[in-house]
Amino acid sequence: MSKENGVIYRISGPVVTAVGISPRMYEVVRVGDEGLMGEVIELHGDQSVIQVYEETSGVRPGEPVVRTGQTLSVQLGPGLLTKIYDGIQRPLPELEKTMGVFITRGVDADGLDLEKIWAFSATAKKGDSVSSGDVLGTVQETKTIEHRVMVPPGISGKIKEIKSGDYNVTQTVCTLEDGTEVQMMQKWPVRTPRPFTKKHAPEVPLQTGQRILDFLFPLAKGGTAGIPGPFGSGKTVTQQQLAKWSDADIVVYIGCGERGNEMTEVLDEFPHLMDPKTGEALMNRTTMIANTSNMPVAAREASVYTGITIAEYFRDMGYDVALMADSTSRWAEAMREISSRLEEMPGEEGYPAYLSSRLAEFYERAGRVETLAGGDGSVSVIGAVSPPGGDISEPVSQGTLRIVKVFWGLDAGLARQRHFPAINWLNSYSLYPPSLDQWYRDNIKSDFPEIRTEISALLQVEAELQEIVQLVGSDALPVDQQLTLEVARMIREFFLQQNAFHDVDTYSDLKLQYTMAKAILSFQEESKKAIAGGAALEDVVNVPARTDLMRGRFESGYEEKIDEMLEAMNKQIADTMEAN
Amino acid sequence: MTGKEYRTITDVKGPLVFLNKTEPVAFGEIVELRLTDGTLKNGQVLDTSDDQVIVQVFEGTASIDKQTGIKFLGDVFKLPVSTDMIGRILDGAGRPRDGGPAIVADEMADIIGAAINPYSRQSPSSFIQTGISAIDACTSLVRGQKLPIFSASGLPHNDIALQIARQAKLVDSDDDFVVVFCAMGITAEEYNFFVHDLERTGALENACLFVNLADDPAVERLITPRLALTAAEYLAFEHDYHVLVIYTDMTNYCESLRQIGAAREEVPGRRGYPGYMYTDLAMLYERAGLVKGKKGSITQFPILTMPGDDITHPIPDLSGYITEGQIVISRELHQKGIYPPINVLPSLSRLMNAGIGDGKTREDHKSVSDQLYAAYAQGRELRGLVAIVGEDALNERDLQLLKFADIFENQFLRQSRDEDRSIGEGTLDYAWELLTNIDTKYLVRLDQKWIDKYHPTEKKE
Repeated sequence: MSKENGVIYRISGPVVTAVGISPRMYEVVRVGDEGLMGEVIELHGDQSVIQVYEETSGVRPGEPVVRTGQTLSVQLGPGLLTKIYDGIQRPLPELEKTMGVFITRGVDADGLDLEKIWAFSATAKKGDSVSSGDVLGTVQETKTIEHRVMVPPGISGKIKEIKSGDYNVTQTVCTLEDGTEVQMMQKWPVRTPRPFTKKHAPEVPLQTGQRILDFLFPLAKGGTAGIPGPFGSGKTVTQQQLAKWSDADIVVYIGCGERGNEMTEVLDEFPHLMDPKTGEALMNRTTMIANTSNMPVAAREASVYTGITIAEYFRDMGYDVALMADSTSRWAEAMREISSRLEEMPGEEGYPAYLSSRLAEFYERAGRVETLAGGDGSVSVIGAVSPPGGDISEPVSQGTLRIVKVFWGLDAGLARQRHFPAINWLNSYSLYPPSLDQWYRDNIKSDFPEIRTEISALLQVEAELQEIVQLVGSDALPVDQQLTLEVARMIREFFLQQNAFHDVDTYSDLKLQYTMAKAILSFQEESKKAIAGGAALEDVVNVPARTDLMRGRFESGYEEKIDEMLEAMNKQIADTMEAN
Repeated sequence: MTGKEYRTITDVKGPLVFLNKTEPVAFGEIVELRLTDGTLKNGQVLDTSDDQVIVQVFEGTASIDKQTGIKFLGDVFKLPVSTDMIGRILDGAGRPRDGGPAIVADEMADIIGAAINPYSRQSPSSFIQTGISAIDACTSLVRGQKLPIFSASGLPHNDIALQIARQAKLVDSDDDFVVVFCAMGITAEEYNFFVHDLERTGALENACLFVNLADDPAVERLITPRLALTAAEYLAFEHDYHVLVIYTDMTNYCESLRQIGAAREEVPGRRGYPGYMYTDLAMLYERAGLVKGKKGSITQFPILTMPGDDITHPIPDLSGYITEGQIVISRELHQKGIYPPINVLPSLSRLMNAGIGDGKTREDHKSVSDQLYAAYAQGRELRGLVAIVGEDALNERDLQLLKFADIFENQFLRQSRDEDRSIGEGTLDYAWELLTNIDTKYLVRLDQKWIDKYHPTEKKE
């Protein structure tokens, strides 16, 4: 391969055309005297078109182009967690060491620390027949996550030798009888989904602690969700809340073309956040990929694939992985930019015609699967979308909505009213409840789905009543409808609004969510009775115990106190009847 | 490098010059064009191959003919930087405009600017007091932030920008700001207004101006902000200055970007703007921030005028996705005669929470800000209702809120152009005073403990 004499013919921004080589599609090549990393994206006669992952100014025609023979791959093995990478899996702290605070170019860095010694403890033994995906042994990668070292895809045989001990990721930990040596590190091309045995139906919810998401519009483990919203509507905060609180084992967070300061905030904050399940730092289960908006656009295009490949790798170990991509619109724009440099015929709004198939391929890599080893693992994908002007009729939103099963529609109006999370309960949806309901009945309460239906029905009724109120004012409504409005207001202010920045309110578990929802319905029930018994609506809604109940959610230990508070409220409501 | 001059121009189109067969020319290389009458122009390579090179000419292509000689200077665009730039006025290409001597370079800095490694950034958290209550209370500015002013034609955004430049200071240190001012396609009249004001207040000595006026070449506008930011980075990260970069008007910049895109026959994105406009804008806006281990900082105040007052227009829209909030100027308030006419409702500062509170501004800041916002939002909504049903239909609470909206606009927002309100007494205490117009029981966003401590009539000493 190295005998080929490739040279640059043309440079136009991140797109470079080379002649004199005949690479494969998506092969990685080294471009120019500085050896900038690039990927072949089009073959055209004797020309190869390359997208370059680094800044190309100063590069000249005639400089060399060298094939590597490999497609764009990531290094997988112990050492992925707690890391922060750029779009092509270069660890950012390493880049800082070699090039200082500004990202210059021509620097290579391994995704994994090749020197670091890990304590490998073998779980397979000599003589075992193993095949792709089978676990050979484990490494305690972080305090909370056990890394399962697997037989790489495509390899199988009888174990000739395997030994526990201290190894770095490139040393052989296991030898098969046919002489194949297995190391802890494996490589995988990012654009190819990793293999599994079969896909399961999603039957377990991904619990996020966010009331409106968990209760009204749940996402299943292995499911897909899209969050479109205009700027300032809280996309990033919602994504970060999910990264913090979702009950996945592993979180992969892709900051794709977003703000630098936001990534810094995540980096500063995560190491100090505690996982509510384990009490250990959330960073222990997290891998981050940061390709901010001013970093090279081709690497932004790749970042999404880098992220999902890492997610699939942990899935293959039998873990539940949640992947957040913020924002997929920036990814799509990167595709558009490259496509326009290739002078391809555009589809809608200048996006390439293959936009929707790329989106579909990406989301399709989510799922709950039976792994090659026979275990159960999942990748859930949550993609933020940033539609221009907040108008979701644009191609990226539409392409996303055709694929994802959950739509969390962020609403600028709600954000302006400081109703957070600003998810519009009228147009958002989730298609998972039918397959999840059995889980709720078995694990939370047998009437969980019915309570949910009642709550969302109340919100629907409110929307209809509000239209009348806009015209005639609420006083003109009959008392029972005024009560409905009051109950709906309670749902919105007490239940749907949730303060991400409040220590206690930031997270509610499913049981508490259920109890809170029941409390609202109980308020409705008791108030109806009281009003039928002659109490005034105003007295009923203003009982002090109700304010206590609602404010209580900001205090710790609310789970234990809520029943008592509810009782006090019901009693006070009953008393309003006697007062009359 | 080579002193070779080419006379191989084949096409001239808009601001672009196409020429044939050269020796290998670098992407982004700087070009000198010598016209037949001896005039010199500058340009930059946009596309390069063995057969053809496309050059973008900063001064426009007027008078260029096929005899024009083209020399490639062998390097990408670099700006001579030095601390002597402070107090100077330079043109849109970085040459002196004030009649002074050329800048003696301490260093030649690449104007494209590399991305800051997100790992090396430091989270911005120092409050900047602008002395403008609407901003300080409701959309607090933090050092290292990029906070654009979304305005529209005919509104006093320039006055606001100048007032901020004049009054901005840190509450927790004595460090002063150096202002880097970048004008892109503004009129001579506006420019004079800025310079005159900076001179009047003596701020010019602490400022560095890069000026491209409306009659200067449009293409030059594409490099002017890059020069300004390169100077800002040099001052901030090599010499520990806190730099405030004001650039106006981003809309003119984007127009130039569109012009180049059209001349290159690129596939356009929304409304004819190039598909890479987001990335291009990000390469300017993201050059704000703080870096670990460096004392200086860059805070950006881009000003853009929204065409047709439309916030969903691609320019404000893409900006809003990159910047950390926005300050929105309202025509309605301006027409009511209120200065500064800042509409706090669509305005936002994403970094506000990191910069306010106990030890930074005051413990009650967040509560007060939320309460002002909520009360004003409700009051404004009620105005719509009153227009239909009349004031008689309102209950006591609604009446108070309705009245508060007027008070908020006329007293809290309104201040004079040289009024510098301190955050504690000038802004927050004043807010408390105005909130006495609403019964305490309706002030649900205020924690009881702050009412006990700060409420002018209800506090417990």
